[in-house]
Parts: sequence; C-alpha cells; structure tokens
Amino acid sequence: MSVTREEVARIAALARIRMGDEELDRMVPELNGILAWVEQLGEVDTSHIEPMTAVIPNTLRLRDDVVDAIPETAGGRREDVLANAPAAEHGFFGVPKVIE
Amino acid sequence: MMSKNADELTSLGVKDIRDGVAGGDFTAREVAESFNAAVAGAAELNAFIVTTPDHALAAADRVDAKRAKGEDLGKMGGVPIGMKDLFATKGVQTTAASHILEGFTPEYESTVSQKLWDAGAGMLGKLNLDQFAMGSSNETSYFGNVNSPWKKAGTNAAMSPGGSSGGSSSAVAARIAPAATGTDTGGSIRQPAAFTGICGIKPTYGRCSRWGVVAFASSLDQAGPMARSVEDCAIMLEAMAGFDPKDATSLQMDVPDWEAALNADLKGRKVGIPREYRMDGTDQAILDSWEQGKAMLRDAGAQVVDISLPHTKYALPAYYIIAPAEASSNLARYDGVRYGLRDLPEGAGLQDMYAATRAAGFGDEVKRRVLIGTYVLSAGFYDAYYTQAQKIRTLVAQDFEKAFATCDVILAPTTPTASFPLGSLNEDPLTMYLNDVFAVPASLAGLPAMSVPAMVNSDGLPLGLQLIGKPFDEQGVLNAGLAIQQRAGFDAKPEKWW
Repeated sequence: MSVTREEVARIAALARIRMGDEELDRMVPELNGILAWVEQLGEVDTSHIEPMTAVIPNTLRLRDDVVDAIPETAGGRREDVLANAPAAEHGFFGVPKVIE
Repeated sequence: MMSKNADELTSLGVKDIRDGVAGGDFTAREVAESFNAAVAGAAELNAFIVTTPDHALAAADRVDAKRAKGEDLGKMGGVPIGMKDLFATKGVQTTAASHILEGFTPEYESTVSQKLWDAGAGMLGKLNLDQFAMGSSNETSYFGNVNSPWKKAGTNAAMSPGGSSGGSSSAVAARIAPAATGTDTGGSIRQPAAFTGICGIKPTYGRCSRWGVVAFASSLDQAGPMARSVEDCAIMLEAMAGFDPKDATSLQMDVPDWEAALNADLKGRKVGIPREYRMDGTDQAILDSWEQGKAMLRDAGAQVVDISLPHTKYALPAYYIIAPAEASSNLARYDGVRYGLRDLPEGAGLQDMYAATRAAGFGDEVKRRVLIGTYVLSAGFYDAYYTQAQKIRTLVAQDFEKAFATCDVILAPTTPTASFPLGSLNEDPLTMYLNDVFAVPASLAGLPAMSVPAMVNSDGLPLGLQLIGKPFDEQGVLNAGLAIQQRAGFDAKPEKWW
C-alpha cells in the first residue's frame, strides 16, 4: 500500500501537525519507503496467532482503596501541575477561546 | 595514602570510586570536582544538554558526611553519573532533546533517578540524546549532534556515538562520567554502547520503573545502566531496578544481588548462536568478532549450540509499526496547553494552536514516526498493520521461548557495522533503522540483553557483542558478559581531542 500527498495531509491533520507543501512533498516518498518495507509482514501466516498484549507475564494489580495513598500522584498539587503551563490563569490552564 | 590527581580519578569506574570513597582513598568531593572539571572541558562532545555540577557536589558532600559518621554510603555512594535527559529530574530542565519540551522543569523526580540519588549517586548533568529517543546516531536532537570521542583511524571526521543514548555513550567512553543512565526501546542502550566500546544492559521489561521517564513506546521502553565494565553495570542496575507501584507494568519481584553473584565460570551453560543473525550487509569484522566471542565462551566452559530464531527478519519491520503506533499515542500529550512549547498564531483557535505547536516543536524524525503511527492505527488500516505486527511480535517472542529450551543465553553481534561518520546515513530513514536489526528482537520479546566491547576493527573503532537472556535472568547475561570481558581484555580508549 502507498499513500498519496492528500492522504499524508489527512494523516498530518489527524495527528495535529501543521505541514506546509514542501514538508508534505518530502514526507510522501519517505513514508512510502517505510510502508513498502513493512509490507513484507504480510508474508507471514498469522491466522492462528494471538496478537501480543503483554510482553512479560504480569498481573494487573489493584491498589488499596485509599485516597491519595501515593503522595507523588495524589491530589492537592495544583501549583505543581500548573507550574510548567505556558498560560496558567486563575488556577486553570488557559487556552484560546473555543466557543464563539 | 597516596592522593590521586584528577586524571586518575576520572579514569575510575563505578566500583573503584565506590570502594575508594568507602575506604578513604579519596573523598567523594574530590571525585565530583574531577568529573565536573572533565565535563566542563568537553563541551565539544556536546554530550550534555545542561550540566549540574552543584548537584554532583551536594551529593558528594552528603556521602562524605555519612562516611565521617560511619554510616552506610549506599550502592553508588560517591559516584557522580550522567542522567539521560529522558528522566524527569525535579528542578532541572528535562527536554527529551526536543524543542517542544525546552524549558520544562519537572516538579517531581523519576523513580529511577530518585533510586540512584538514594543509593548515594550524584548528577553531573542531563545527557543529550536523539529527540524523544527516536534515532540511532544522535543526529535528531534539537540541541545538536553528539560527537563520539572516537575517530576512525587516519581521519578527523566527527563520528556517531550511536543512539538514542548517545550522550550517555559519548560521556562514558570519554571518561567525563564513570557511568550514565540509558533507555532502550529498540537498541538505544546496546547500539551506542557497542559504538563507543563500553558496556550497557537493558534489563527484562518491567525491572526498572518507567515512572517519570518521558514515554516513547511504553510496551518496549526500559531503562538501564551504561558503564565501562560488566561489574559497574551490575552495581548500577541494582540501584536502578525494583518494584514501583506508580508503574502498572513494574515487576513485583525482589532485585537480586547481581554484583555479588557475578561468576565468569560458564561450565554446564549452553550458549545459543542464532543462525538467522548471519545477515547480508554485516561487516566481516563483526562476523570475526562473533567467532571470537564463541571461542571465549567455550574457553569459559560453555557449550556452544546452534539455534534458530526463524522470525528474526520480521522483527525490525514489526518494530517500526509498533513503536511509532505507541509513540503517536504517547506524544499526543504535547499540545501546548499543559507544559512545554506553545505556538499560538495571531487569531488562531485551539485546533490551530495544537497543529502549530506540534509543527514547531517536533523534529523531522519525530513527525515521521507520529505520522506512521497515526496511519497504522487509523480506521481501515489497523488490522493490516498494527494487529499483524502484534502477531509477529508474539511469534518473535515464541522463537526465543523455544530457543531457550535448548540454551541458557544467546550470543550475537550488537550491530551490523561499527560507528559511522555523522551525516553519512541521513539520505534514507530505512538505512538508519537497519542499525538496530540485531537489537530489536530482544526488545520485542522484553528480554534482558547486554552489549560488551569485544575488539576494535581495522579502523580502530570498537565492536560490541550482544548477550540475550531468558526473562528475569540478568545474572546469566552479566555472567556471560563478564566471561567475554575477561578474555577480550578490551582496553582501547579514544585519544583525547576535545
């Protein structure tokens, strides 16, 4: 399978990456080179194989039902959470106006 | 007591520094000062994005104070290290070598780095890397290429330190850090270690917590140590590993005493040689080093047996679906809202801000992988690409499982070639990807794997050998690595030009 310029533009839009004409022109053959190369995976008969979900056998743990049991991931840290925000305002993340 | 000068101190590794500080041969502060000076004098390597001499000194002073009081100094007591700039460090800029995180200063410390500080280590600085750990040559960093301290004999060309942990490999090989952290998603510890004549081990997936490590491909990412000896790697891995409730994939297992159990006697052990790793395009010198490796392990008492890993050739293309798919999801968080760069064009709305921010913040290789990942996960293509790749991943893991029924550890080359000049493989992304052809299968299977230096080629460049172990058998990997280290007697080091 290969992708057209229009398809790459659509993928870039899905990925929320703005791309100019020149960048799209460069990406199309690069992506097609990679996609043509991964095409060889189709040679392998995998009809009776389960896709991998966990690489090392591990059980999903349940933690004790305790509020804020782990301080680093607990609540009450608004200042820390906002400390690196490009535009923190009134204790919230500021974004451009969404609703007209 | 003979006091050592700065050059002598910076020639020491983890074990010698730890034991020397504990024994009073020198102080932790002298060690930290020597390495801080070495780091400051090596700006041309571009191994560090930021340096943190005060962090190293403060840690050293704490260790010296503990020693004065007769307290335990910790597994890494008095050892200053380099920290790959993929680990969140509280109060110290953490960028993943990307413009999109430039200026990001975490309010918290990653589990692995915290464990190292708790073990008595200090930080020399944050090490450069390929952007978001995507690359095999250290040419995708927003903060510039990292130079290897090595030169190809008779040339002055800047050589690649490998990637993505290229700042780590460069710093350790140049003796401006005794050890450094690395992370390995598809070879990012082993390939740079091989390129620079040092050791590096990626443990079993889940040994080291991923909490606070900038995520690339979460089902593959593992942290590990890079140092100049197998012993040093064992010591540092002990300090880094361990259960962490903050990482859902963390292994709930005790950390073995790897250092104490090191044993290069391989009597009764079987070493598997995978026939599919004999690939076209592999340097003759690499094949020669592989033969030498077999002889060394036989000499250590092991029996060498042929094994087959039939799906080897499909591992790399499967990786280049799985890793970008996970990356496209993980990197969705860089949106210009919560942290990092924001590009808000005049009059732009929220969607335009996302797209502008990500366009300005991500480098070309990151964009390429996010696009590939977005494509293979999109409606209509998911099964053909992503599900098929995950099935191949199962087959690759099953190949290893079957092979380990007949052998205890696997010996293979780490890379198909030695290091190459920076800029020489940039024409086609695929050529660069092939660097990791021998490293990726163990990553897909979550297995512990290590690179140890074997020899230098006719150009005077180091070559590494790779050891791959059963799940949780880091000890078997380290022991076989030690047997090679003792017999290879690798003592080549780069001549100082920086």
